Amino acid sequence: MAEKVLIVDDDKAFLSILSERMRNRGVEVTTTASPVDALRIVETQSFDAIILDLMMPEMGGIEAFQRIKEKSPELQVIFLTGHPSVSTGVDAMKLGAVDFIPKPVDLNELIEKIKQAKVSRAILVEKQAQAKLKKVLTEKNR
Amino acid sequence: MAMDSDEVEVAGIQFFGKMSASISHEIKNVLAVINENAGLLEDICFMADRGKPGDIARLKKIAGDVKDLVRRADRIVTAMSRFAHSADEPSTETDLGELTALLGLLAMRFAAMRGVEIKTLAPSDPVLVTTFPFGLLNLLWTCLDCAMKAADSGKIVEIVAAKTTEGGLVRFRRLEQLSAASIADIALGRLSALPHALNATIAADETKTELIVRLPKAL
Repeated sequence: MAEKVLIVDDDKAFLSILSERMRNRGVEVTTTASPVDALRIVETQSFDAIILDLMMPEMGGIEAFQRIKEKSPELQVIFLTGHPSVSTGVDAMKLGAVDFIPKPVDLNELIEKIKQAKVSRAILVEKQAQAKLKKVLTEKNR
Repeated sequence: MAMDSDEVEVAGIQFFGKMSASISHEIKNVLAVINENAGLLEDICFMADRGKPGDIARLKKIAGDVKDLVRRADRIVTAMSRFAHSADEPSTETDLGELTALLGLLAMRFAAMRGVEIKTLAPSDPVLVTTFPFGLLNLLWTCLDCAMKAADSGKIVEIVAAKTTEGGLVRFRRLEQLSAASIADIALGRLSALPHALNATIAADETKTELIVRLPKAL
């Protein structure tokens, strides 16, 4: 089954061509240049991974990440940035990002990270489902 | 006049670092798109090798896009070069129209991040003053930073240079939220030595919607 990703980046030229190349590799891609739109999209669709630019107008990547995680804690986020610094990378990872990839992007590396994110998400969703089932059974047995 | 104050030097280094980081970020973004275009060409070649030739119109579009990106990168690097050379001479004849245009280019990404549009209005004639261009850019950036916080509801800041009998001035216009505190922040606050070193004065106009930096003909 194809990986399903959402890419959020304010550079529309970058969005357009990266998504085309990913689709050529069988990845199901949704894009938006607006982090505010991204918050709406994740409410109605599920993704194996979200690729999020760190610096965007409207809302910074870190804030968008925190708000996405509030809505869907199981979502796996990979940060992209043209402004790599160790401290920003550490901050992103501390917050729970899956990875932090500098631009220009190595597409093979990015797709590999997306596949790993898909597996991590599946494990997390499975754990959540088990926890939910356990809770229901515990309540029934009372 | 030598800019020998520690305060001015530290502010200058911080300013240089901030602008250099922003410029490198811009260049990285352009490289990222060029990289994707190169990758797309590789994909097309890969498919052609397997008997699915690429569409010529698509290839032409990629070539055109890469040329546009090279032009975009060239504008960024040209601005970076002019910015770097602004520190060459401690005192040199400087056109305020050109300097404010450079300021607009350097500040473009900062403005975009805040949702502000900067409009630099070119004067009809050169506005020449003898000054330290790098120090003046630093001062004007600090004013623009303040102006962007005070921008009008349309989120537009206009910058215009003009001649005066004493030398020249730079106006930052359409500032509805300009406060005495924000002016004091520049004129008396963390960069108090910079206006002094440049013999510049900073004040609001009578409508309190413009920030005006006045400069003498020479330091």
